[in-house]
Amino acid sequence: MAQTEQDPIIRLKNVDKFFGDFQALKKVNLEVFKGQKVVVCGPSGSGKSTMIRCINRLESHDGGRILVNGIELNDSLRNIDAVRSEVGMVFQQFNLFPHLTAVGNLMLAPRLVRKKSKAEAREIAMRYLERVHIPEQADKYPVQLSGGQQQRVAIARALCMNPEIMLFDEPTSALDPEMIHEVLDVMVELANEGMTMICVTHEMGFARSVADLTVFMDAGEIVEAKPPQEFFENPEHERTRLFLSQILSH
Amino acid sequence: MSFDIALIIESVPKMLVGVGITLQLLFLSTLFGTLLAIVTLLMRIGPFRWLRWPAIAYIYFFRGTPMLVQIFVIYYGLAQFEFVRDSFLWPALRVPFWCAIIAFSLNVGAYTAEILRGAVQGVEKGLLEAGSALGLTARQRFIHITTPIAVRLSLPAYGNEIISLMKSTALASTITIFDTMGVARTIMAQTFKPYEVFISAAIIYLVIVWFIQMGIALAERRFGRYMKR
Repeated sequence: MAQTEQDPIIRLKNVDKFFGDFQALKKVNLEVFKGQKVVVCGPSGSGKSTMIRCINRLESHDGGRILVNGIELNDSLRNIDAVRSEVGMVFQQFNLFPHLTAVGNLMLAPRLVRKKSKAEAREIAMRYLERVHIPEQADKYPVQLSGGQQQRVAIARALCMNPEIMLFDEPTSALDPEMIHEVLDVMVELANEGMTMICVTHEMGFARSVADLTVFMDAGEIVEAKPPQEFFENPEHERTRLFLSQILSH
Repeated sequence: MSFDIALIIESVPKMLVGVGITLQLLFLSTLFGTLLAIVTLLMRIGPFRWLRWPAIAYIYFFRGTPMLVQIFVIYYGLAQFEFVRDSFLWPALRVPFWCAIIAFSLNVGAYTAEILRGAVQGVEKGLLEAGSALGLTARQRFIHITTPIAVRLSLPAYGNEIISLMKSTALASTITIFDTMGVARTIMAQTFKPYEVFISAAIIYLVIVWFIQMGIALAERRFGRYMKR
C-alpha cells in the first residue's frame, strides 16, 4: 500500500470495541497526520485508553478498521509486529521491568527486537537517558527512582525503538504533583522535535500549548475534535462544556 | 529418667551414613521434582488445551493422596504387574531407593508446579503489555519478563516445599531405606532407647533445615536485589 504525505499516519474508521456486553468504543473515527499532536480527554470510562490501546493492538477492535502507517491492524501477527515497532507507548503505571536497571529496561527491546549488540544497545540507551535528563540514574533499579524519574525512563525506553508515533496513556496521573512538570517537560520537548503523539491526559495546560487537535470522548464516542483554541473557547457540545467546567473550575 | 549420652555418641557414625542417604533423597528429588514442575507448569499454562488435562490430573492425584500411600503404591503395588516387571523401568522400580526418589519427585513436582503457576500469574499484567508494546514476542516476554520475576515471587513458597520434602524423606524408612530415620529406628529396635535416638534424629533434621533456610535466604537476596530501595 502506498503511503503519501497527505495520508494520515493513523486512521480509525468506524471502530467498535466491546468488553462483553459493554460497548467501550462506538463507531470511532479519527485521523492523525504525521507530526500532529493529539490530546484526548474525557471522563473515566469514556473509552480514551481503550482507543489508544487499540492503536498498538493491546486491545483488538471488534468492528471497523485501524490503519497505522498504511498497515491494517488485524489478526496478522506480522502486521501487529510491524505496527508495534513503529509505535511507542507510555503507561499510567510506568510498567518498568522491576528486575532490570534503568539502562537495562532501555536495552531489552533493542537487543531482542532490533538484534543490537550489548554495546550498541547500551549506547542507544544512554543517549535516550540523556535526552530525558537522567543519565546518572542509569544503573538504579526502578524501585530506587522517584515516580517522575520512572516515567521518564519509561518514555526513554519507548524512544529507544525509534518509533514514528508515541502513545501516552495518562502519563502523569499516577505522579505526585511536584513531579508532573518534569514529565510534561520531556513530552513538550518531544513534541517540539516533531514526534507524532496521541496523549490521553487531563493536563489542559499541555493541551493548550502543544496540541494540534483536542479530542473529547464520552461514553465510547468522540464527541468533539477541534484545535485547542476553539475547543477551550468555544466548545460546541453540552457534554464538552460540562466536562471542561468540571476539570477547569479549580 | 537417665539420658544415655554414650549411646548417642556411639551411634554418630551410623547416623551419619543415614544422613548421607537423607541428603541424597532430598537433593535428587528436589532436582527431578523441580524439572517435572517446570514441564507440568508449561503444560498447564501453555497454548495446548490437550496438554492441560494430564497436568491437572497429575497435580490433583499427587496433591490429593498421602505421600505414604504413593510410596507404597510405587514400591509394593507396581511390582505385581508383569508388564512392569518386564519393562525397562524394572531395574529402578525394584530398588527401594529409586522408588522413594520417584515418589518424592512426583510429589514435589505437583506442588511446585502449582507454586510456579501462582508466581507466573502474580507477574503484573502491565509489564507484559509494556513488553508487547515494545515488540517482544510472547516467547521473549515469557523468558525475559515473566520468568525472572516469577522465580523471585516463588522462592518463599518453594523454600517451604523443600523443607517439607526434607521432612517427608523420613517416610523412606518405611520401605527399608536406611536414611536418618531408618537408622534411628534400627538403633531404637536394638537398644530400646527411643528418647535418645529420636531426639538425635530430630536434631539432625533441624541442622539440615537450617542449611536449607540459609540457602533460600541467600537465593532470595540474590534474585531480589532489585527490590531493595
